[in-house]
Amino acid sequence: MFRNMYDTDVTVWSPEGRLLQVEYAMESVKQGSACIALRSDTHSVIGALKRSVSELSSHQQKILEIDDHLGIGIAGLTADARTLAKWMRNECLNHKYVYGTAMPTGRLATDLADRHQRTTQTYVRRPYGVGLLLASFDKNGPHVYQTCPSGNVHECYATAIGARSQSGRTYLEKHHETFPTCARDELIMHALRALVGCISGDGELTSENGSIGVVGKDEKFTLIEGAELQPYLDRLELEGGNNGGDAEDEDEVEAEEKEDDAMET
Amino acid sequence: MSLSLQNGGAPTRALPSVTTVHATSGGNQRTTRPITTGTSVLGIKYKGGVMLAADTLVSYGSLAKYKNARRLVTVNSRTLIGASGEYSDLQSISDLLVSNALEDRCTADSLYDEDNNEECAGEVWSYLRAVMYQRRNKMNPLWNDVVVAGFRQEPDGTTTDTPFLGVVDKIGTAYEDDVLATGFGAYIALPLMREKYRPDMEEGEARALLEDCLRILFYRDCRALNRVQIAKVTKEGGALVSEPYELDTYWDFKGYVTNKGEIGTDGGW
Repeated sequence: MFRNMYDTDVTVWSPEGRLLQVEYAMESVKQGSACIALRSDTHSVIGALKRSVSELSSHQQKILEIDDHLGIGIAGLTADARTLAKWMRNECLNHKYVYGTAMPTGRLATDLADRHQRTTQTYVRRPYGVGLLLASFDKNGPHVYQTCPSGNVHECYATAIGARSQSGRTYLEKHHETFPTCARDELIMHALRALVGCISGDGELTSENGSIGVVGKDEKFTLIEGAELQPYLDRLELEGGNNGGDAEDEDEVEAEEKEDDAMET
Repeated sequence: MSLSLQNGGAPTRALPSVTTVHATSGGNQRTTRPITTGTSVLGIKYKGGVMLAADTLVSYGSLAKYKNARRLVTVNSRTLIGASGEYSDLQSISDLLVSNALEDRCTADSLYDEDNNEECAGEVWSYLRAVMYQRRNKMNPLWNDVVVAGFRQEPDGTTTDTPFLGVVDKIGTAYEDDVLATGFGAYIALPLMREKYRPDMEEGEARALLEDCLRILFYRDCRALNRVQIAKVTKEGGALVSEPYELDTYWDFKGYVTNKGEIGTDGGW
């Protein structure tokens, strides 16, 4: 990153009208491993790629349960995400105590965005270096929200954040019209297929580094990892696509190659 | 002294704080007794809805001060509350609920239709419980017993077709029942309502029962009036509160006419 006169703290504008510290924080989201989320009319699914520091270490947790009806996927600084997760769990519990019902996702997402925003306007703070995907099922149905360090929040039908997430996003954009009617397992498969595109080089999606969170009608938030993920990966294998360059049809290969080029510049 | 139920904003909303301004004479002043009061509120479930009833009198001690005060309030399109006790505290509670609802409407931002963002009766009831209990712990209660009527919801907040009727008192005790009464009505009207109540009551039956109870309360409760309001919540029509109207009364009962005080019986008047 180049040196700049206007990036010494968050409250200083650059002459182009940018807040460089905030933009750097957004950069750390792009460095984090990929995380995707999508929803049907009945379910929301988060998928994430877990990283490990070394061969001998465990993989970093990427999907966190917040409440029975809500989970988050993270990209960026894990420590920041854990702080936010703790606060979100607290908010959900508080809501349950006061109202006796599950926290509406929209309200939590807005409050979360406000929390992000505060740091971008306060001299003594630094922005959270993490982007979150919220997947939930509440009284209005399934939801997917995306937040980022700048304090922006979007509700999405499907979205992806993190390193090489563009190819995941391309996959989602291409198939999103079929999502609303997808069954639970179908949605999980879509998540995995989108994730495969986000893997770097000749890496592979395995039961070690893959992670899925699902929540829906009559289903509490559930993590699918390790051995439980294997059947889905086997199915993916059967379809013939379990590493980055090996997508199931030609269009996709083309599309993804283009994305790869874009990422490398 | 200012007594503010702070509203709006996420953290304050969950636990509305109480600001007490120190009087110049020193020390804090609390509500130690209600001043302008309303009497009983009655509530009953019937087939397809819930009905509330209350008279329109607000007393100042034993003085019948305001004879056209409305004590049944719609909180949103499908939730009603009715309160006995301090009338100004009811106004305060009503303002709080209305402004919370307004905030919800204004901040709701969703890909979905926004007609499902209103709080359910159960949520209003639970929220009031938290507010009342918090205020009592500050030794500064809202001096009301509040009846909440509407429809039950699933744990995730979805409304169902099952009626909901609950009550919260001034110290935060909360419970649900098929028939409820606050104030003097809990002694006079509740036994009558329990006797007559059936889950499959028609609207007309429920209304007749409530009117009978209000009339009897007017006869026996010195802080009651025959000018009343009835309110109902139904799935189709939402929450409706009637205009105040007067009940017919009959004063020629023998016990009302004959003074038996002198003939050594159980009294009379």
